[in-house]
Amino acid sequence: MPELHLPRRALLAAAALLPLTAACDVGGSNSPDSGGEGSGEGKITALFMQQAGYSEADIRAMTTDFQAKYPKITVEPTFVAYEALHDKIVAAAPAGTYDVVLIDVIWPAEFGSKKIVTDVTGQFPAAWKTDMLGGALKTAEYQGKYYGVPWILDSKYLFYNTEILGKAGVDPTSLSTWDGVLAAAAKIKSANLVKHPLIWSWKQAEALICDYTQLLGAFGGKFLSDDFKSIAFDSGGGLEALKWMKKTIDDGLTNPNSMESLEEDVRKIFSEGSAAMALNWTYMFNAANDPAQSKVAGKVEVLPTPSASGGSPGVNGSMALCVSGGSKNQKAAWTYISYLTSAEVQNKYAKSSLPCWGKSYDDAAVVSVAPKMVAAAKKELASLISRPEVPRYNEISQILQAELQQALLGKKAPEKALADAATQAKSLL
Amino acid sequence: MRKQAPLAAALLLPAALVVFGVVLWPAGRALVISFLDVDSPFPGAYPFVGLGNYADILTNPRFWAAAQHTLYFTVASTTLEVVLGLGLAHLLAAPMRFRWLFRAIVILPWALPTIVNGAMWRWILNAEYGALNALLTQLHLMDDYHSWLGADPFLALNMVVVADVWKNTSLVAFFLLAGLSAIPAELGEAARIDGAGSFRVFWRITLPLLRPTLAAVLVLRVIEAFKVFDIVYVMTGGGPASGTQTITFLTYLQAFSAQRFSYGAALAYLTVVAVLLLALIYLRLLRQQEMRAL
Repeated sequence: MPELHLPRRALLAAAALLPLTAACDVGGSNSPDSGGEGSGEGKITALFMQQAGYSEADIRAMTTDFQAKYPKITVEPTFVAYEALHDKIVAAAPAGTYDVVLIDVIWPAEFGSKKIVTDVTGQFPAAWKTDMLGGALKTAEYQGKYYGVPWILDSKYLFYNTEILGKAGVDPTSLSTWDGVLAAAAKIKSANLVKHPLIWSWKQAEALICDYTQLLGAFGGKFLSDDFKSIAFDSGGGLEALKWMKKTIDDGLTNPNSMESLEEDVRKIFSEGSAAMALNWTYMFNAANDPAQSKVAGKVEVLPTPSASGGSPGVNGSMALCVSGGSKNQKAAWTYISYLTSAEVQNKYAKSSLPCWGKSYDDAAVVSVAPKMVAAAKKELASLISRPEVPRYNEISQILQAELQQALLGKKAPEKALADAATQAKSLL
Repeated sequence: MRKQAPLAAALLLPAALVVFGVVLWPAGRALVISFLDVDSPFPGAYPFVGLGNYADILTNPRFWAAAQHTLYFTVASTTLEVVLGLGLAHLLAAPMRFRWLFRAIVILPWALPTIVNGAMWRWILNAEYGALNALLTQLHLMDDYHSWLGADPFLALNMVVVADVWKNTSLVAFFLLAGLSAIPAELGEAARIDGAGSFRVFWRITLPLLRPTLAAVLVLRVIEAFKVFDIVYVMTGGGPASGTQTITFLTYLQAFSAQRFSYGAALAYLTVVAVLLLALIYLRLLRQQEMRAL
């Protein structure tokens, strides 16, 4: 055998030097340098989610219509689960893989400050600021700048099964308060109509924070102090909300499987008729009333979120379309976004997701799609509560999710869980 | 003979480039990043923090909780896999009809992608309509449906172990089957003639001769189990109450969800150090086997 004399020492030295050569690459501007206006024509790529709001079929249909109207632009949409959306946007940012990205209301602070999405304040027509609903406008706004255009305006509503409530003799008007919901659940449970009247999305995920936010708001709590400098969820309404959640578990009113459920699980369990009441996004009204995917179709009604001592704010669960920082075809991306977010397109697909435009709620065609849903939305969307608008929100959310579950599973007292969460989250503000 | 060296070098070059490009370069980059404070996906100038990220990690209770889960998962799953794999290997080695069919069936779980296996077990264990709940209640072993993945963090971790064991036992079994086939049957026969029972034959002859294979497969599985990520991602998402969060899952959360790339890189390097130690043990074992074979 011929022996290949590899200079072992030289190789080792090269390996040792490697980190140094790698270090040389770190230098520059901490922002995408490849983005560009583009010609306004050609191919663009867009990243959407495959969950609540507009369905994949809706978005593909909208895109087909768009391409018919703008034949010089072709759009290639990609769909991922909500749980993967954030990380996909981050991972794809340096390469500029997507021209258009759908972002959640909790991300503008993070994505805007890191230039993962572009600042579109200059292109944002003044009329939109008055024509769009306040809650929608906040979706893509951070520190006075706009980083995208609101597209999905959503909050969590109270859905109930009319048949079960009827059998238990519960008057639906009593569901306007959380106390009323508890009383109704207790009545349903004692009548043995369902084992656990309530189902929630309390899995260790953002879904848990959405439910918690809505309850925190109802009990008059706050996430952070008004100057965003200190934690406020560990006392007052924040603590009361968690204690209330735990009590519904201890009393056997909440399905214990809530702790492993996301919104889709809530929808399925509710659609099976295994729960009498549930909190969920707008899309459940349509889905749970669809005989093809629900056993309780025609027996589902919706109400604005119930109130407690602090009122009845809904959680702001809106989403916006943004031009990504690395896009090389930002002009065409903006054309596509302007089309998808237009009142015309949003009104057409109101059945899946309610429009962001104020006028749409008086448009007979929109109202007729789901009169009860629109009525509930009109009331709830008037007062929304936001999750903290800080760049390190995701980390705070992770900590809070884990500690809330500690309390819900009875591993920690609610006071201790929230105090522990506050201690960990303090340094992230 | 010397003339062949340039040709050899040329032939090796593509492989060397690939190794450099996809292994050494990223590994070097990650090491550098772990000493900086990178908080954005874009290239740029980031502050140097030295061992700050490592210090942060080692003083963070979340890391130690994740380390505990990882260690438990590794020990529990590999132990079960080896014990069950050993039994399975014996069954597959036994003379019987359609042995090829049984062998093919046993390899199936291992052939499934981990993501598919995780999704399958998530459905089996589903609290509302899972097959396990249906089976246990129909057999009257349980009165009521039970939440396997949401009620108790430790139970959920054990369920992840079960899913992993179901998939990887077959790999261990096949390794050990190869080891068993290499043991001359005469040794067992001789021992039996001398009056040894089955158990004694297993304990005194099979097991000692199987030891090198056993050690190799054990180290291999420990390394794999230590890096567990995908099955956790699919089955539990790290919950409930972070009870199934392993080190690699925490790495992912910190690096991508929180955009603390440096912290994530440092976490990854801690995993690398642990895996490297295990790999060294593995290589040493392999060398010992080669020596014995000579």
